Amino acid sequence: MEPTLDDAGFWAACAERRLVFQRCATCHAFRHPPLPRCPHCQSAAHDWTEAPRRGRLFSFTVTRRAFRPELAAAVPYVVALVHFPDCGDVRLVTNIVGIDPSDLAIGMDLELVWTETAEGPPLPAFRPLTPQTGDSRR
Amino acid sequence: MEERETCIAGVGESRYARWGKITDSSELGLACDAVLAALADAGMPPAEVDGFASYSNDANLPAQMQLALGCRALRHASLVWGGGGGGALAAVGNAAAAVASGQAECVVVFRSLCQGQSGRLGSGRSRGPLANFTLPFGLVAPVQQAALVASRHRHERGGSAEALAEIACAFRAHAQANPRAIMRGRPMEPDDYFASPMISDPLRLLDCCLESDAAAAVVVTTREHARRAGAAAAPILAVGTGGGRHWGLGFLGAHNPPLERAAGGNAEDLGRELFARAGLRPEDVKVAQFYDAFTPMVLQALEDYGFCAPGEADAFVRAGSLRLGGRLPSNTAGGSLSEAYVHGCNLVVEAVRQMRGTAINQVPGADVAFVGGGPGVAPTSALLLGKNT
Repeated sequence: MEPTLDDAGFWAACAERRLVFQRCATCHAFRHPPLPRCPHCQSAAHDWTEAPRRGRLFSFTVTRRAFRPELAAAVPYVVALVHFPDCGDVRLVTNIVGIDPSDLAIGMDLELVWTETAEGPPLPAFRPLTPQTGDSRR
Repeated sequence: MEERETCIAGVGESRYARWGKITDSSELGLACDAVLAALADAGMPPAEVDGFASYSNDANLPAQMQLALGCRALRHASLVWGGGGGGALAAVGNAAAAVASGQAECVVVFRSLCQGQSGRLGSGRSRGPLANFTLPFGLVAPVQQAALVASRHRHERGGSAEALAEIACAFRAHAQANPRAIMRGRPMEPDDYFASPMISDPLRLLDCCLESDAAAAVVVTTREHARRAGAAAAPILAVGTGGGRHWGLGFLGAHNPPLERAAGGNAEDLGRELFARAGLRPEDVKVAQFYDAFTPMVLQALEDYGFCAPGEADAFVRAGSLRLGGRLPSNTAGGSLSEAYVHGCNLVVEAVRQMRGTAINQVPGADVAFVGGGPGVAPTSALLLGKNT
């Protein structure tokens, strides 16, 4: 994974185990994935703002087949979208760990953890926040 | 400037085979096969072609096609941005716009996809513009992206595995009479569906389309030109390209469509515009071809285009509506799930045959056909065809 000119700020923060999202310096709207302009006001000015440590499960899939040889040891694994209600509509592709996949439910509350990788920075992942009190419609 | 009336005057395809099975022809060769078949069907010599339109990063360049086929001029050459089948009908729209405005006379829309040569799309090769935010998390294959969408759709609108099984089984049943269909001779029942392995929940192997070596093509021209050639032409009632504000690459491309629209396929606006332009309503459609790379996409399209209210597609499907004799016979040649995967170009071919009254599984009295492109991407696209008269 090679950072781009648009997303380098995200990955630099991951190297320090900080999850950040781009935030418009003009209208203060969050956005993700990174973009050179704010979708709401088109400003180029932005900062990288630390995300809440808690998010909410927006969607998930349990991947049972290794589509790449390097993923063979990982299956089955959970790919998820986690929503951060305090950051507007921002959702992050990530992995869910520390739970039997059959216990996952959309809407459940999650908390940030970090997973080490062989190459590249640590990656944000999420685990259930106990007690599990997800609002099933959100 | 007077807008000229357009139609699809010819349709054709190469032989269809599973990926890797065609080893005696290049992908370009298959494209030529399909285009020549479509032109023969239209009664038009290759020299008359003066444009090409394609989509999904088709690698077979108009310059090569023109050269190989001896086309007299290249007055139109366009490729719709975006991968997958989102642009399938947008390519028809580009061709129709060129013809309607008089920039070109006879534009061939084609898609050639030889996965044995250019690579399997179903494997972990997805490298979209946002690959940095998907690949490190093991989100590498289209089926996983479709599964994330399907999970959210089911959460918001309800849904059942039985409906997905019905989609797969209905289209498989339609393929049984189709000599071109890769899955002819392999009928399927719900038990077969539920016995197929779960790949990426909630999607099983039999929720996934074929991976094929295949090419298909259609000839877009004026209705006047088609009449002169004696072609059995299907008039283009409306064709459109669409994508709502703030969709971005959407669920399939990355992950941040607007929250309130995340269960849809980015075609709600397009659906309204398409039917309004044609002066028709969804209930006027007698036969439909839905983009079926994965079964849940059919549910999304039924709801996006107004064939069902949001949340009602599941019951609509389970009532057998997509079958021959049902309320909306769909993917009547087998579709991407059971005929061949050509990024939806074969769906256009089948819609034209239905409007001519010459389809293998002809829907009696069908006078309006709908074709939907790949949902969930931007742009997506759709087409309404009328009956050959």
